Amino acid sequence: MNDIMIRKRKWQFTIFLIIMIAATYASSIITDFNALHGITTFPAALYWIFSNMLISQETLTRLPSILDKLLETIFMSIAATTTAAVISMFLGLMGSTTTRVNRAFSSLARFTASISRNIPVVAWALILLLSFGQNSLTGYLALFVGSIGFLTRVFIETIDEASQSSVEALRATGATYFQIVNKAVIPQCLPLLISWILFMIETNIRSATLVGILTGTGIGYTFDLYYKSMNYNVVALVTFSIVITVIIIELLSNYIRKVIL
Amino acid sequence: MSLLKVVGLDKSYHSNFRVLTDINFEVDTGEFVSIIGPSGAGKSTLLRCINRMVEVNEGKILFGDLDVGNLSKKALRKLRTNIGMIFQHYNLVPRLTVIENVLHGRFGYKTTLQGILGKFTEKEKEHAFFLLEKLGISDHAYKRCDQLSGGQQQRVGIARALIQEPKLVLCDEPIASLDPNSSKVIMDHLKAITSELNITCLVNLHQVDVAINYSDRIIGLNQGEIVFDGPSQMLTEGRINSIYGTETRQFITV
Repeated sequence: MNDIMIRKRKWQFTIFLIIMIAATYASSIITDFNALHGITTFPAALYWIFSNMLISQETLTRLPSILDKLLETIFMSIAATTTAAVISMFLGLMGSTTTRVNRAFSSLARFTASISRNIPVVAWALILLLSFGQNSLTGYLALFVGSIGFLTRVFIETIDEASQSSVEALRATGATYFQIVNKAVIPQCLPLLISWILFMIETNIRSATLVGILTGTGIGYTFDLYYKSMNYNVVALVTFSIVITVIIIELLSNYIRKVIL
Repeated sequence: MSLLKVVGLDKSYHSNFRVLTDINFEVDTGEFVSIIGPSGAGKSTLLRCINRMVEVNEGKILFGDLDVGNLSKKALRKLRTNIGMIFQHYNLVPRLTVIENVLHGRFGYKTTLQGILGKFTEKEKEHAFFLLEKLGISDHAYKRCDQLSGGQQQRVGIARALIQEPKLVLCDEPIASLDPNSSKVIMDHLKAITSELNITCLVNLHQVDVAINYSDRIIGLNQGEIVFDGPSQMLTEGRINSIYGTETRQFITV
């Protein structure tokens, strides 16, 4: 009996593997993608990157202006995240099953979050570009709307998970809604909420580059500018400084997380 | 007049399944009553109907001369200050200190703003420390609750219920997640609430022997109906079997 089970498992695995290989092969035929050809282009591509994307002495003179734009991008991401966090906190409280006032508001909050989450940030940037024009407000709004979707979603889950039991206890003592939210829900969830906000700031700095290319603001615009004028040395410097910034922010937020949790 | 009177109580969460059917009983001031029965018999739901944590479908619950099912929001809040509640999983705010958790029991008496700002009078704080002293956990007053053992956390839960100055304390499986030693400490404290402070206790229990040892009176619940209601010494082996069903009884005593 056990033997048969094990043999069946083995067969299942083999069949699964065969299907995977067949699917990969079929899709590469359909899309006309040749894996071998793809691999053979690698050396040339790498050679191009290493010969063109070099940070030279002369490009370093552009560093101050790049850092200036980078700082603008960072601040925009932080501003978009923190303001979105405030709105998301309300939506989160409204949407969570433990703290919701009634079912209708809860669905409304979840629906709002779902809309803003399921449209990618890039799409938001392009949509808002039409109505707000090419300026930093558009970039800010795109990040803001995208953040609301994500933050509301995780806030709802955090509140549901962290505070159900204590909310019940406080309701039983005769505490009012706002007392419960302030003295049970928020103290219990705060570290996790902050952790999610930090994560969102990281993500937003990354997306801000892309949004910036589209909306013509911040470091994304700088990147685009040098890229289109084929000044690849500066492009390399911009990319490098973005990477360094993201790593620093990540280390910083990891440290903050460790302290508060 | 009795403190609590339950008349013809029916409760169902879904229209086709009744959790409680025609529950009738009265509890007097200073009584220590245990409710026993198998899992899913409706014990927790019954307790939560009394302070209206869940809404009742049919029947009446009278607390003193108040009809629990018919109270306004404000009156319900006032009622809840008179009824303390103790939970199986303690239901404290784990990240807050012991003393903060105890003072949460006073929220029912405060305006929203006073509660949010944490304005507690000296008298309330003294009372909180007095209770912690009495329950033997005053050393831990400034520790976070998640640093305490289960038995200690449950004592914080008791302090939170007592600082409400309640007339009735509802205990939902207070010792179900505790080891035998801590269970005894908790049960002794609950018994003392009744004998020393004359506060009525209504306790949901899984352990029949504990119920017999501690309570004046036992209510047996099976499939949402009261199948036994009487002094604990009248709970014979045969009656226990009728509450739990003969076969399952074997597993419970182990």
